[in-house]
Amino acid sequence: MKPLDIIVCVKLVPKPEEVTVNAETRTLDRAKARSALNPPDMNAIEMALGLRERHGGTVSLLSMGPPFAAPYLQVGLAMGADHAYLLSDRLLGGADTLPTSLALAKGIAKIGEWDLVLCGEESSDGATGQVPQGIAEWLGCSQITYAMDLSFLPDGRLRGEREIRGGHEVVAVPLPAVVSVKLAVNEPRFMDMERRRNPEAVTIWSAADLGVDPKWLGFEGSPTVVGAVWQAKSPERQRQFLDGTPQEKARLLAEQIRRML
Amino acid sequence: MIPSAYSPEEARGLWVFLEQEAGRLEGVALELLGKGRELAQARGVPLTGLLLGQGVEPAAREAIAHGADDVVVADDPLLAVYTTDAYASVAAQVILDRKPETLLLGATPNGRDLAGRLAVRLRTGLTADCTGLAWEEGTGLLLGEVSGFGGGVMASIKCARHRPQMATVRPGIFPPPSADPDRAGRMEFVPVSLDAAKIRTEILERVRHEGVDITRAKVLVAGGRGVKGDFAPLTEIARLLGGEVGASRVACDLGWIGRDRQIGQTGFVTRPKVALVCGISGATQFTVGVKDAGLIIAINSDPEASIFEEADLCVVDDLFPVLEALIAELRGAA
Repeated sequence: MKPLDIIVCVKLVPKPEEVTVNAETRTLDRAKARSALNPPDMNAIEMALGLRERHGGTVSLLSMGPPFAAPYLQVGLAMGADHAYLLSDRLLGGADTLPTSLALAKGIAKIGEWDLVLCGEESSDGATGQVPQGIAEWLGCSQITYAMDLSFLPDGRLRGEREIRGGHEVVAVPLPAVVSVKLAVNEPRFMDMERRRNPEAVTIWSAADLGVDPKWLGFEGSPTVVGAVWQAKSPERQRQFLDGTPQEKARLLAEQIRRML
Repeated sequence: MIPSAYSPEEARGLWVFLEQEAGRLEGVALELLGKGRELAQARGVPLTGLLLGQGVEPAAREAIAHGADDVVVADDPLLAVYTTDAYASVAAQVILDRKPETLLLGATPNGRDLAGRLAVRLRTGLTADCTGLAWEEGTGLLLGEVSGFGGGVMASIKCARHRPQMATVRPGIFPPPSADPDRAGRMEFVPVSLDAAKIRTEILERVRHEGVDITRAKVLVAGGRGVKGDFAPLTEIARLLGGEVGASRVACDLGWIGRDRQIGQTGFVTRPKVALVCGISGATQFTVGVKDAGLIIAINSDPEASIFEEADLCVVDDLFPVLEALIAELRGAA
């Protein structure tokens, strides 16, 4: 088999527990939240590096985000990726899945040679999980979503084990292909400190570099808009603490459970 | 702006994609029919089911009994098992022809596989993984309620100028409607012209486990890190109460139990009558999956565990002695 050129799409996300809703403006307050590479994307990077070890080739990272995402991409480079590209432009901001997947597809095409695109299952902020399928559609290639394992058949097709509701299936698709990697299917490796000390440069492209009508990108290119934002609230709970021995507590629990059924 | 394939002025009707497995409707398809019936009525439009498969006429009848006014059926051997290419091609063709205003799909692995692909093909907006649906007052636009940031933040999303306005909906959110076998509805078979050579995915193997579906359990006995890998007492309590065992993401990550039992943001959102939460600290990521339970009982040895903020009955104690006592208590009553 010939060496593989793999592109991994990654995203910088605010740490979920540090994002709050400003009750007055009803907007997200991300200012205090620290950022990190989207955890599911780490599984995609790990899978790409594993495939490169077996088949040779290159692993490139591609992200869309603010300029301060560049140092985070260097974390991926320190894990072992060969190149990193960042699509960064105000015109790309506020994008929903349609323009996001378009911009990433254009970025992938601009990188040039590629056989396989890997994405994390979903981002921990927006959690739509719909971008990989969108990229595949813009690129007109086959897709495998929720992949737990990837390998190659003797005829060169990509073999993927993927999740289905209440089970799994094994599929084969021709390359090139776009794959979303099921969360937590592997243990992402640590950074190589040697590589961390001498970080590769991140290539930064603007919207104009993508050769798309800017009206198709970012907020302006997004069919959906956010109507309202609010902090999730659970129903008020009784928060009644039980006293006594385990037996006494169990008796009370059994009583209360039976009352509900 | 990227224009959608057709405009709001041309669009009409509420459609639900009817995911099926071996000719039987998936649970989420029934749930969508129930909610869809309510939404269609409120807006004064018909509710149409979109059903792709092979030999699915009984499933079409099942859909009508559960609330569909009509069912558009594409029946073909190449649709027997879901593949992205075949399903996206047929669905897009039917949608471009009939121009529904709204299209709802279940947020199952295949429902999402299809929705993401279809939304781009139709150049339209998609609100993913909704936990609520409503019509916006005044505009009549679909408002999809979604959660983000581990479930801590909610937002409503709408799609103003693109059609169909698409949304995927989490399984287990809406109650399945009861069936009325005498309900009248129309079945319409559309011609399918698929070229086998253009379906790039080949299914080599397919395994469905005997269906545990924790979104339907009346009682959920959930375990996390604190169960230390031993789900036996939880399983016994679930059995005694006619419920199911669930788990936190950590317990699944550690391989103690299957992902089909994972509760929370990245697992299933459930709404049991009783949730017995054992040895789970209570991160939002988890609690979003049980917050609508009737009664939440938390057992944890750490009095500071945040799960107690979200519980009705709080037991600060070592887990296993309490569980053993509860088993004895429940057995005694049986």
